[in-house]
Amino acid sequence: MKQITKQQARIPKPMAGKVSLLVATRKGAFILKSDDTRRTWKTSGPFFLGHIVHHVMLDPRDRRTLLLAARTGHLGPTVFRSIDKGKTWKEARRPPAFPKVPEGQRGRVVDHTFWLTPAHATEPGVWYAGTSPQGLFRSADAGDTWAPVSGFNDHPMYTQWTGGEQDGTPDGPKLHSILVDPRDANHLYIGLSSGGVFESLNRGRDWHPLNAGCLALFRPDPYPEYGHDPHCVRLHPLAPDILYQQNHCGIYRMDRTQGRWERIGTRMPKSVGDIGFPMVLHPRDPDCAWVFPMDGTAVWPRTSPGGKPATYVTRNAGRSWQRQDNGLPQTQGWFTVKRQAMSCDAHQPVGLYFGTTSGEIWASRNEGDKWNCIARHLPHIYAIEAVELAK
Amino acid sequence: MKVLIPPALRDYTGGNSAVQATGITLADLFADLERRYPGILFRIVDEQGALRGHIRVFVNSDAVRAMHTPLRPKDEVMIVQALSGG
Repeated sequence: MKQITKQQARIPKPMAGKVSLLVATRKGAFILKSDDTRRTWKTSGPFFLGHIVHHVMLDPRDRRTLLLAARTGHLGPTVFRSIDKGKTWKEARRPPAFPKVPEGQRGRVVDHTFWLTPAHATEPGVWYAGTSPQGLFRSADAGDTWAPVSGFNDHPMYTQWTGGEQDGTPDGPKLHSILVDPRDANHLYIGLSSGGVFESLNRGRDWHPLNAGCLALFRPDPYPEYGHDPHCVRLHPLAPDILYQQNHCGIYRMDRTQGRWERIGTRMPKSVGDIGFPMVLHPRDPDCAWVFPMDGTAVWPRTSPGGKPATYVTRNAGRSWQRQDNGLPQTQGWFTVKRQAMSCDAHQPVGLYFGTTSGEIWASRNEGDKWNCIARHLPHIYAIEAVELAK
Repeated sequence: MKVLIPPALRDYTGGNSAVQATGITLADLFADLERRYPGILFRIVDEQGALRGHIRVFVNSDAVRAMHTPLRPKDEVMIVQALSGG
C-alpha cells in the first residue's frame, strides 16, 4: 500500500476560535456554536421546524452563505439560501428538478435533495446538489436556480448504473459524496447508493465507473464494474489523489494514480467489522481517518455493534485501527449515525462531532480520545457539518 | 375564483388562507397561482406536472387529481395536505 508520508500541498494553519455545527434533522435545522475553547455550546433554532432537512452546508468561499435542502412530508423538495450566516433565509427560485418529459412518457421526479457541495474555489457561486433518486444538479448563482447536469442524469448508462428503485436505500436511492478535486474544477467524483463511485474529467459532461477492487456482495458478480453501494466517499484536500470510502461492504482507500480500491477495513476487529455509514478525514493528515462502525450482520440493525458505540481511527492509512470510546456509553448504547452525520473541525487537535438518529450530538476536542454529549433531545439527525463562520 | 390554501403553503400567500386566482383548468389555475405567489407550484405539483402524492384538491366538493380538470369562474378550489407524516 502506498502511504502518503509527505504532504503534497501546503499544510493550512489550524483553525482557532469558535466552531459552528450545522445540524440537519428530520424536523428542522439547528446551529450549535461553541466558545473559543469548544467546551461550551449554544444551540439556536429550530430553523424550518417541521421540514425534513437533509443537509445544511456553508460556502467556504465566503463563510457566510448557507444552503439548506428541505422538504416536508406533504410538499415538494426545495432549497433555502441564507447570505447572512442563517439570520434570514430565501427560497431558491428554481430548486433541483428533472426536465419534464413529453406526455405519455414516465419522467423522473426529485423526491428530495440529499447532498450539497460548493464547487471549486475558483468558481464562486457555483454549487452541486445530489438528489433522490440519483440526480446531479448545478447552480451558478449561489443556489438560487438549479439546472440538471445532463452528462450524468441523461447518460446512456444511467439506468444500468443506478439500477431500479429496489436497488436504493430504505430512504430512496441517492446521489451523494459530490467531490471536487481542489487542483482542477473539471475533475469530479460522485457516489451513488446504489451504483458505485463515478468520476468525471470534464466537469460532468461524461462519467465512468471507479469501482475496481471494491466488493459488492449483494451482486451475482461480487466485483462488478458498477452497482456498488458506497455510503460515504471522501477526498483529502491536501492529497487529492487519496480517496477513502465507507462502503456497504467495508472500508476502502484508493490512490487514484493506481485506480484500485484497497479494503483497509480488514484490519478492524472481527467482532466489530468494517460496516458503517460516515467517514471523516483529518484535515491536515491524509493518513488519518475516522469511522463509526455499525452492526451490518444478519438483518442489518445499523446500530453500534453490541450496543457499545465507538469511533475507530487509523493514523497510518488503514494499516491499523484504534478504538475510541472514552466518554461514550459502555453498554446499551444503540446509536445509529447516518452517512452525513459525522464531521470534524480544523482545530489542533481536531474536534470530532457526530449526531445520532435519537437526537444526541457527541463531541470530542481531542481527535476522539474523549467524548462528551453536547446536545440531547433533538430530532432524528441526518447531517452535521462543523464549520467556521465569518466573524 | 376562490382558492383555499392549507397552512403549510401560507408562507407563499402572505399568510392568507384564501386567495383569488383564475384558470379554465386546474393546470391553468396552478400556473396563475405560481405567477401570483412564486415558488408555490413546485411544492404541490412535481416537475412532470402531476399533483404530489400527499396533496389533495377539491373542486367544490369533488376530489380531483387530473390537471386538465375544467374549472368555472364560480368554482371554489380547496388545496389540502393529506393526513400523512410522522
